[in-house]
Amino acid sequence: MSAREAILGKVRKALDASGNAGRLDNVWDRLMEAPAGIIPTRAQLDPEARVELFCRMATQAAATVARVAGEEVVPAAVTAYLRARNLPAKVRMGGDRRLKAMPWVNERTLQVRHGPSDGDDEASVSHAAAAIAETGTLALFSGKDNPTTLNFLPDHHIVVVDAADIGGDLESVMRLARARYGKGEMPRTLNFITGPSRSGDIEQKLLLGAHGPRALHIIVVDG
Amino acid sequence: MLITSPAFKQNAHEALADAQLQKAMGHVRSGFIDKRSHAVEALPEFDALRDSARAIKDHTLANLDLYLTAYEEKVLAAGGKVHWAETAAEARGIVLDICRMHDAKTVAKGKSMITEEIELNDFLEASGIRPVETDLGEYIIQLRGEHPSHIIAPAVHLNKEQVEADFRRVHTDLPPERDLSDPASLLGEARRVLRQKYFEADIGITGANFLVAETGSSIIVTNEGNGDLSQILPRVHVVIASIEKVVPTLEDAAQILRVLARSATGQEMSVYTTVSTGPRRPNDPDGPDEYHVILLDNGRSSMLGTEFQEMLRCIRCGACMNHCPVYHAVGGHAYGWVYPGPMGAVLTPSLIGVDKAGHLPNASTFCGRCESVCPMKIPLPKMMRHWREREWERGLNPTAARTGLKFWAWFARRPALYHLATWLAFPLLAVAGGRKRRFGFLPLAGGWVRHRDMPAPQGRTFMQQWRDRDALKQGSPL
Ligand code: SF4
Repeated sequence: MSAREAILGKVRKALDASGNAGRLDNVWDRLMEAPAGIIPTRAQLDPEARVELFCRMATQAAATVARVAGEEVVPAAVTAYLRARNLPAKVRMGGDRRLKAMPWVNERTLQVRHGPSDGDDEASVSHAAAAIAETGTLALFSGKDNPTTLNFLPDHHIVVVDAADIGGDLESVMRLARARYGKGEMPRTLNFITGPSRSGDIEQKLLLGAHGPRALHIIVVDG
Repeated sequence: MLITSPAFKQNAHEALADAQLQKAMGHVRSGFIDKRSHAVEALPEFDALRDSARAIKDHTLANLDLYLTAYEEKVLAAGGKVHWAETAAEARGIVLDICRMHDAKTVAKGKSMITEEIELNDFLEASGIRPVETDLGEYIIQLRGEHPSHIIAPAVHLNKEQVEADFRRVHTDLPPERDLSDPASLLGEARRVLRQKYFEADIGITGANFLVAETGSSIIVTNEGNGDLSQILPRVHVVIASIEKVVPTLEDAAQILRVLARSATGQEMSVYTTVSTGPRRPNDPDGPDEYHVILLDNGRSSMLGTEFQEMLRCIRCGACMNHCPVYHAVGGHAYGWVYPGPMGAVLTPSLIGVDKAGHLPNASTFCGRCESVCPMKIPLPKMMRHWREREWERGLNPTAARTGLKFWAWFARRPALYHLATWLAFPLLAVAGGRKRRFGFLPLAGGWVRHRDMPAPQGRTFMQQWRDRDALKQGSPL
């Protein structure tokens, strides 16, 4: 008997699951309907208040947040961030079409490289698919134009998100995933990111920049 | 790993006398408790979410066979592979096969208690493969040849001076005069050393906080980002998870996530919650080429349908140990196996046998704090009592305890005799207590009186006072 059959056999026996035909229907319904459960009221707000809550919660998680008026000023906001921290004017980014549409050429001194990170990038720029006001969390899907390495290897991770894509709760991202990839389907990686990397493993002292980015900068695009 | 649970008493004794450990344990008391309570206060729905989380796990466990097969189907559909393992040895064998298939020399590991349970590191080393722990705490204890003393803060038993000494001992290619006096410099050094390891590793191994049947995804929840680097840089991602990790849907995972981080570290949400499904897709610029899941039973199915089934709801948040006075006093290593604190006191006898771990469910004051903070509302004290009963039924308690209890039971079942004896003994003991009215020595209780005196009884016995009180209530004079 295979380990699979042995384990499932033991489980069925322990659950006394033989003659219970209704179980399969219950399980199927649950998988199909994905009932939502308890949703905190905290983030059930009108859109502007939701964006404000997102900014507040992300800041509380030690991210920095800038709000800009439109896509066309994002490159300038990136340059300003790098300059304010005395970082070289270099970023790595994927081929996300929303990023591509931005006027990077206006930033004469900024060097933009494309593709996944090789570990030598000090700063990367990603576009989040969505964000969650409830906890100040970003949601990034992997894909052809959105390398996952950009979220973890560089010291500074700059994430652009449209204000209109900021949802109230975690469940809003689950709904988005279903709409985008189909029911029950997912991209290889969905990263929920709440603040920069940290560790409390030495004497329970919280320190930023453990293995992932030391700093997370979020640019919220209005309009 | 040598199981030292049978020597719990000796372990605890040594732990109490260990000054370094006692200093380090102060960080648990001060660190975790306040953070959790602030996070809980900030979310009015917290308790309702606990009920919701409990109901989700109960439902899943009652249909575990169906959810496991549904999950398996989705993993396969996403291009992943599923391996089933009944025992730790089978799971280790599967990992080794995967390593051999890829001619792997180095394995990068995210933090995972399940790989501690199956003692993967020793096994891989013996097979000529180098496992590198990448979580800071796990890395430190790997350098020391130790095991985690806490399920989410593996190095919580150490002070920074000890970590500094270990780094100087092992990182010999770095300048000896470098400053490592504060935790930030230690973290920076570990970050630099480990960065290279992710790129060298042929295989990345992580655990899973959840497996999602709806999508065939595995979810890990971390703060450092090491679990992510371990799974996106190597060519192969291997997930090892025990069978009770499965939940039906992404929504169900979201419910439990809301209580997990708050209970564990007091965060609203951990920094990285990562949902991984299958290997990289054809056009993906990065990510692993292969994705394997090892589903491990290792004793879980034997807990189903018993009075210990509820323990399978555990999400390994660590809140029970953070709030446990016994854990605070002796630390995690005294428990003698992988899982410490109240959850370990219930789980360890289930997984390695009550004959070896019988001391653990006895190491409790039954204060009930663990159950009151457990996000999954697991009745830990009740289950410790179940273990005590089983231990008694199987005659595993020490002879002195059995004889003492039998003697007391014989008396207690004869109330008239019991009252007569206490009525006679009371005044005698009061006199024997001397002027200090305390005993510094008691036969058969040397361990107890070594650290404190036993007060001698004064006045009247409880039963006498109770009768007086009753009489007063009824208004009749004494
Ligand atoms: S028993 Fe409860 S409190 Fe303890 S680790 Fe498990 S879920 Fe957390």
